[in-house]
Amino acid sequence: MFQNIGELVILFWRTLQALPLTWRQRQKVFDQFFEIGNASLLMACILSLFIGGVIALQTGPVLVERGLASAVGGLVGISMCKELGPVMMSVLIAGRIGSSMAAEIGSMRVYQEIDALRTMNINPVHYLVLPRIVAIACALPLLVIFSVLVGWVGGALVSVGNDQIAITFKAYFSNLSDVVDVSDVLNGLFKSFVFALVIGVVSCHQGLQTIGGPRGIGRSVTKAVVNSIVLILILDYFLTRILL
Amino acid sequence: MRGLRKSFNGELVLKGLDFDVARGEIFVIMGPSGSGKSVLLKHIIGLETPDEGEILIEGQPIQSPQVMERYRLAMLFQSGALLNSLNVGENVGLYLAEHRLKPPAEIARIVAEKLELVGLKGLEERSISDLSGGMKKRVAIARALVIEPQLMLYDEPTSELDPLTAVTIAEEILNLKERIHVTSLVVTHDRDLAFGVADRIAVINEGQILTIGTPAEVRRHSNPLIQKFLNADFNRNHAK
Repeated sequence: MFQNIGELVILFWRTLQALPLTWRQRQKVFDQFFEIGNASLLMACILSLFIGGVIALQTGPVLVERGLASAVGGLVGISMCKELGPVMMSVLIAGRIGSSMAAEIGSMRVYQEIDALRTMNINPVHYLVLPRIVAIACALPLLVIFSVLVGWVGGALVSVGNDQIAITFKAYFSNLSDVVDVSDVLNGLFKSFVFALVIGVVSCHQGLQTIGGPRGIGRSVTKAVVNSIVLILILDYFLTRILL
Repeated sequence: MRGLRKSFNGELVLKGLDFDVARGEIFVIMGPSGSGKSVLLKHIIGLETPDEGEILIEGQPIQSPQVMERYRLAMLFQSGALLNSLNVGENVGLYLAEHRLKPPAEIARIVAEKLELVGLKGLEERSISDLSGGMKKRVAIARALVIEPQLMLYDEPTSELDPLTAVTIAEEILNLKERIHVTSLVVTHDRDLAFGVADRIAVINEGQILTIGTPAEVRRHSNPLIQKFLNADFNRNHAK
């Protein structure tokens, strides 16, 4: 385990060192960025809409009983932007994009494409890892903003449409804007940025470590997703403690 | 190559290899599967580091900055190792594009020229998955040619190919020697290829060199292991 952590730190450090080359690799960064968007936008939309709705549904009736019906907006707003948006989107991206990164790099390793790059003096970290990590680090926070907005709308639809809550859009969003501060949104964005780095580094590392044939690729994909999700949840606790 | 030794998980794979390759010659390393041929190539291109011994080019370690600066190596991988995410033209021009050695128009001209050399004129836009095994190998040769190497390494260049395509690849190896005077190191277990293209042949078995000589010398060698390898033939009467 310690060897793995060491390798992850080294890979992250090498990627940081390669950051000045990002402009040269911009086409690959854009390609990856749009691939992440294409692959996750619809899923993110559905997921966020229902998460926002479920929070409103679970908390709304309880708040109504205590005469705090309009507080649903603030509750949905703060939970979406500080916790559920960043964590759920990161878990989704770990499964959707982290797995594809590990599989793509893993198959390149198995089929000697990475060896071929090395013989041409092309550094795989510059060529493969850097564009993916930069793209995911830009895409995930944007996806989280989108997810938070959709989640708020989901919460609003349930709060207005459900008979047990039945508040107006105006009351919902007025409470939401009273409770949610810019710093809360930034808090969520910072978390998602850190989670994006975790997904990128873990997935690329697993891809580069792949050995064996198709079974090895499968193992790498599973490890990339599981390790990313575990690290996201552990880091979420510590980041929440720090950012409280 | 001087006293090259390498072990994996305690098993000695290369047991002290010593040989010289002359400038411009085609040197074939021949032996059965699992004899350490591909591991040897990986040491030459720096994908593996030896436990003992060294590989020198004109007296200097192959991975030293001076050698890396003066000499260019290229390798034709057994699988071709073309990047599936790129098309044929992008694969061939990858070295020039990534190192920004030429402007895009010049790269396109060089790519077209190299593809024509290997008989694949006009296939720049073709996807790698649409190519046959032989075409992939020829694209890989074109990609290696772009580097303008002084030393060209071939790992089982005719494996998985039909006899006609294998002949084309063998002719390509000879043509390259004539055209660009490249030094070639060919690793193979294909006897026809070895005796067809080699200036000299080293026969390797279980990580040891059994003999080095011209094709005629190797053919006449009395070592029973060499004779068994060279004369192995399928006889349906011996099959159970």
